[in-house]
Amino acid sequence: MTGMDRLKAPLAGLSGDKLITPLAFLFITTLVILMPAERSGWDLGGVVSFLTYFATTVAIFSIFTLGLNVQWGYTGVFNFGIAGFFLVGAFTAAIFTKGPPPPPDPVTGRPYVEYVGGFADKLDFIPFLSSGEWLPFILGAAAAALMCGVLALLLSIPTLRLREDYLAIATIGIAELLRNIALEEEGLVNGPRGLLGIPSPLAGLFEPADYKYVYLLIVVAVLIVVYIAVERGIRSPWGRVLRALREDELATVASGKNVFAFKMQAFVFGAMIMGVGGALYAYQLRAISPEGFSHFFSTFLFWVMLIVGGSGNNRGAILGAYMVWGIWIISLQLQGYTPARPGPLGFAIPEILQGRIFFIRDFLIGTIIVIVLLLRPQGLLPEERRVSIWVERQARRRRGSSWKPGEGTESPPD
Amino acid sequence: MSMSVLAGRITDTLTQVRDRLAGRGDTVTGIGLWLLIAVLIVSSAVGSTQLFVVGVIVGSIYALGALGLTLIYGVLKFGNFAHGDTMMLGAYIAFFFLTGQVARTAREDTELPWALDSLPGAVDGIGDLTFGYGLIIATLLAAVIIALLSVALDRLIYRPLRRRRSGIVIFAIASLGVAIVVRSLMFIIWGPDPRVYVSGIHRAQSYPFGIVLKTDQIFIFAVAVALAALIYLLLFHTKLGKAMRAIADNPDLARVSGINTEQIIVWTWVVGGALVAVAGVLLAVQSQINPLLGFVILLPLFASTILGGIGNPLGALAGAMVVGIAQEVSIEFFEPAYKPGVAFVILILILLVRPRGLLGAKV
Repeated sequence: MTGMDRLKAPLAGLSGDKLITPLAFLFITTLVILMPAERSGWDLGGVVSFLTYFATTVAIFSIFTLGLNVQWGYTGVFNFGIAGFFLVGAFTAAIFTKGPPPPPDPVTGRPYVEYVGGFADKLDFIPFLSSGEWLPFILGAAAAALMCGVLALLLSIPTLRLREDYLAIATIGIAELLRNIALEEEGLVNGPRGLLGIPSPLAGLFEPADYKYVYLLIVVAVLIVVYIAVERGIRSPWGRVLRALREDELATVASGKNVFAFKMQAFVFGAMIMGVGGALYAYQLRAISPEGFSHFFSTFLFWVMLIVGGSGNNRGAILGAYMVWGIWIISLQLQGYTPARPGPLGFAIPEILQGRIFFIRDFLIGTIIVIVLLLRPQGLLPEERRVSIWVERQARRRRGSSWKPGEGTESPPD
Repeated sequence: MSMSVLAGRITDTLTQVRDRLAGRGDTVTGIGLWLLIAVLIVSSAVGSTQLFVVGVIVGSIYALGALGLTLIYGVLKFGNFAHGDTMMLGAYIAFFFLTGQVARTAREDTELPWALDSLPGAVDGIGDLTFGYGLIIATLLAAVIIALLSVALDRLIYRPLRRRRSGIVIFAIASLGVAIVVRSLMFIIWGPDPRVYVSGIHRAQSYPFGIVLKTDQIFIFAVAVALAALIYLLLFHTKLGKAMRAIADNPDLARVSGINTEQIIVWTWVVGGALVAVAGVLLAVQSQINPLLGFVILLPLFASTILGGIGNPLGALAGAMVVGIAQEVSIEFFEPAYKPGVAFVILILILLVRPRGLLGAKV
């Protein structure tokens, strides 16, 4: 033991490795709360509604990162085209919940707005319980999940048997193609103008001012359901096969598992979760345009969230969505600090950088992912070692006889 | 005992038969693909000659990008998603050396007091070309800088990942991170507006068979052919090229035969970086410089690489030509916005029928 080691020993428990996650969390949380508060002149109501909106978005994006975690974190399926699933989910939900398109302009004969679907009235088939407020939305989300699932199924046939990077390129391609189709085929989802006036679930039952809290509750409820579904799936024998094939595909084949089928199931399951996320996003925004589903915003950002949070850990996926979206929001707030209206301590963003703050943010996000991959590839919350619940129970029973809790050992012997 | 031996024999024979059949099926698919491509090329050359010729020129730009991509893919074993954005960065660096301009605000530029265009006669067109020797010097400088930058990025990012034996996916995500950083830097330094090396309307000349071409486009094709020939000489007639091909073929075998893998990797980045910088300038001469083009071009580059067979430079050339021609000729039938879709369809088709590509090794 050298002198250096002796010095380090008492600090080992407090090493940066353990501190980094709470510190990063505190840092982002402080800024997310304080910056809008300072900007709004410490107006509590404004901050609360800002944070509600922020939390809703984080919850929706967490659903995406959970879906990606099923695909990449647990199975190693490399989906680089989340934007495609996002777009399909959001637009499917939108055309299911909107009413039929208005009649064309009587003078020119050209339609104001064109889109397929508009099933809201047909889907409201239960005559009581004010079903128009919730039934089309549930069906819309289900249809979004179904469409994304079918898309994933079709994509998996040519690509999932091959090396993982082929799927990446194919998914990038399909995302780009779908966005182009949505933009070019004006009759499909109204072309580049997109869809406006998408209704929101239960909106008619509450005051518009209070609705944002209701919607936050709805989204959090869906997030909890998705979280439990993913956790259960991953702890099941099915999930164990997924993790096994992620670690060693050959060994999994050798133990008689149909690797292709398992990969496909994970890909489809993850894509369906993303479809639900896309639906919730459409209900929240109420106006979507194909331009909004760019690769940077809708694919890369989710990857950064998952990797920063910790791939292979569902709580990490949610934490990552929170942290990265926090950075995103903070960088938007920075735009308010003009030289004319500086923040505390005279902090201001110079004029020349004001117009470039979005690109500086992109630069920051790109740098973060590279640094995390190099210095902390396991993310803020690394994957936990998981065995079957049966093995865990067995181990606990065995421990019960020989090892008593509180005997001083921090980690029980395996 | 003898039963198990017999069973083993039978299984062996069956495997052999299946392998042989599979081999033949593969050959048949290969011949079929080549025939299909030949038919498509001939019919488009006859049917829409103008688009075909433009397709050849676009294809030759893709070829330079795909050559670098396939070399890196072959030697380093990962798809470099930053390749397209590096290409645009090369075009911007050449633009900077030529004009000395960076964006001060969205609409206004800051210009350095001296740039290559201050040299006497540097912007006067050579012959019928729209640009002068200034752009050629700027391109060479950009190629050197992109080559050095690629090596530096390898040292900083990819080599540590290699040491840790990260999977190809981690490399891919890291390269996507690099792509985002490069793109945002282009936006920050030069702003979102498209740029051109030489502004104004460029006259085009008429040629037989109703072809209309700018002399610039002929220059693009000539440069691409010359560089491709140079790469061919490098790969097949130098020790360095032999080592690159050896690593692409079998990295472990190459290492035990005494090839210094790290050194070859550095040279691969140098060659790939220089090529992609030149390709970026040529693309900008053909259309314009725009930070977003880097991503648009990524898909055709990957489609060309996979169509030709990953790690195979001749395949990349053939693949790039096919993708370029198919994209341009598709205008005859679809909206131009679907050009990326054409590359995607080619990609999916090749993955379905022959994932190793036209000339690639088995995957």
